[in-house]
Amino acid sequence: MDAAAAIERLREISSQVRAAVIFERGGKIVGSTLADEQRAKGVADEAEALLTEAEQRREAADQPGEFAQLEVALQAGSVFVVRDGDRLIAATTQPEPTVGLVFYDLKSCLRDLQTAPAPKKRAAPKRKPARPPRKTDAKS
Amino acid sequence: MRSRNVLTGMLLGAGSLAGTLLFRRRLARRRERVDVYFANGSMLSLARPGEAEPMLRRARRILELAS
Repeated sequence: MDAAAAIERLREISSQVRAAVIFERGGKIVGSTLADEQRAKGVADEAEALLTEAEQRREAADQPGEFAQLEVALQAGSVFVVRDGDRLIAATTQPEPTVGLVFYDLKSCLRDLQTAPAPKKRAAPKRKPARPPRKTDAKS
Repeated sequence: MRSRNVLTGMLLGAGSLAGTLLFRRRLARRRERVDVYFANGSMLSLARPGEAEPMLRRARRILELAS
């Protein structure tokens, strides 16, 4: 599934997500619900900075394990960042969202992106109409 | 009569306690915080203003950009 289709599907399945940006580490935008590219880039940059800070906190707290996801709950809404390999998705929601559901939808979106498009089905070979059995003149 | 008064008092007390608990729970949920989850299932919650503020500021900027 391509990024545009994955974003479209996310919009369909999640009523809580207001905006989302899919990007790669380094800031390359893969897909976005935002029309303005500069804004999408700004969101990706800030989200990557959040990820870096989260990783620093993990090291400071001496916690094992890689970063998987985060939620920042604010009065005005929540910000989510979910990682799948080098690919990340940052999303915003209204205040007090259903956290588990939003994480699930964002992970599904990243997984949708990974799945290769299904190979085109070959058209079934046309069957030749069965020949009627030859009439044999029984000359006997 | 007296037992009814005692019962009313107990019910009022229990009701106000439940109300206080609900209010505090709701207030705690509304507090600004950062929850970080790791691949091994562990989680780090930052709620104190000093430790969470830099990340809260970035998140506010994201909300601004995305609105």
